[in-house]
Amino acid sequence: MATYIRPARKRKCSKTIQEPKRLVTPGDVITSDTDFMRGHGTYMEEDKLHASVAGVVETVNKLICVKPLKTRYNGEVGDVVIGRITEVGQKRWKVDTNSRLNSALMLSAVNLPGGELRRRSAEDELLMREYLAEGDLISAEVQSVFSDGALSIHTRSLKYGKLGQGVLVTVSPSLIKRRKTHFHNLTCGASIILGNNGYVWISPMAGAEEEEGGGFIQNLEPVLLSDREVMTRLKNCIVGLAEYRMMLYDTSILYTYEASLKYTLEELLKPELMEEVVEDTRRRLEQET
Amino acid sequence: MAGIELLSDQGFRVDGRRPHELRKIQCRMGVFRQADGSAYIEQGNTRALATVYGPHEASGGRVRAQHDRVTINCQYSMATFSTGERKKRPMGDRKSQEMSQNLQRTFEAAIMTQLYPRSQIDIYVQVLQADGGNYCACVNAATLAIIDAGIPMRDYVCACSAGFVSDTPLVDISYLEESLGGPDMIVALLPKSEQIALFQLNSRLHADHLSKVLDMATKGCKDIHTVLDGAVRDHVSEVTDSMARS
Repeated sequence: MATYIRPARKRKCSKTIQEPKRLVTPGDVITSDTDFMRGHGTYMEEDKLHASVAGVVETVNKLICVKPLKTRYNGEVGDVVIGRITEVGQKRWKVDTNSRLNSALMLSAVNLPGGELRRRSAEDELLMREYLAEGDLISAEVQSVFSDGALSIHTRSLKYGKLGQGVLVTVSPSLIKRRKTHFHNLTCGASIILGNNGYVWISPMAGAEEEEGGGFIQNLEPVLLSDREVMTRLKNCIVGLAEYRMMLYDTSILYTYEASLKYTLEELLKPELMEEVVEDTRRRLEQET
Repeated sequence: MAGIELLSDQGFRVDGRRPHELRKIQCRMGVFRQADGSAYIEQGNTRALATVYGPHEASGGRVRAQHDRVTINCQYSMATFSTGERKKRPMGDRKSQEMSQNLQRTFEAAIMTQLYPRSQIDIYVQVLQADGGNYCACVNAATLAIIDAGIPMRDYVCACSAGFVSDTPLVDISYLEESLGGPDMIVALLPKSEQIALFQLNSRLHADHLSKVLDMATKGCKDIHTVLDGAVRDHVSEVTDSMARS
């Protein structure tokens, strides 16, 4: 077996990057003007507006906020999220969505198997663990945000529900580009869900029969090796994009996938080759805009 | 004092620094991928790693969660290979427990705890090489890690130690200067407002000298703030540049 030895990664600092305008760090005074509104990432002290996180100041009319580069997921109504069930409780599941507090999935906010629409009875409550048990992955949509920041999510659409076989990749939520749709069937032969909470789900292209189970029946047939290779390559591409802090959306992922095709799967794990692939993608994206 | 002169007649210390000079600081943010925030710092030969997880759901359920603010959980540990003599256990002894508690109090003063009710923030620091000022290096590393995690803070927390030898205050004292038994002051400061988050003094110091030594430590904290701020700005500019180009 060939061994591959690589020296410790060199620190890149030769590139001189201009500091963006209005960059603030915790404790900096943003303004001492009082007719501004205080947004996230700021606080008032002695009639001056200070920053509490490191980032670039954003102003919308009179509202001033500072957005940090990476945080936990801040939910917004309508976001697509991917989560993992952590607890089965009274009439609700607790779901880990990379948020500050666990999200709640109410029993009344799911489509029951078979697509029945009826009142939830006590029997349904007893059967909750049959539908979704601890450790299961689901895709869902944010229904509402509670006053303490916890999310309430729902799966009342055939798009959402339990996830079967696939790969989960976790990246920083700030790297997911907000788009109209977060479900993509990529032309390379896999489908992908880009959760707004930074969880990305890669699965083999869905067949027609999966839609009928109401999202609760898992297809446990073995996935073909060729499909698995495509999924692994996609996973490596996404990890690479996240490593070099590129925004994730269908085009960027597809371009990276295409650029990576000149290398085998294991070659792609070498950081210098991944960097080259990411740079190729970056150039191609810049050309098109 | 045991043959070693901590301050030479020319006003130099054992390692060649002047009394007001800090050791060289090098730091890096975002060293781990799976943690919410992480940082690595070298202050001379003292090296420390800090990782931050959270804010996340409080572990231990509703019992430990506080309804009006976030719970901060700190753990200080020293690698078994960090000291001259190999340590038996990396953590759990009296000294590390005290350090963990000090860290927790320091950061409760700086983090805006009221923003995240019922959550928890975990801060883990580890000393990889101990050469004096371990607590200070840990506070500075943890500050960088918290900023990396995007957790709101009133201000940076910078910590610096100071000693007192032959009528001269020394800033950022090394292991040698610490172990020869002079007074050892540790100050954790919010540099912009000059509020003290933690103040510790080991062994005795005459009250007349206190303000002199405190001034020196305060100056040291502010110098450290300048260095850390520069590092944060470089890191943020680099990442925003990369994100803007995609």
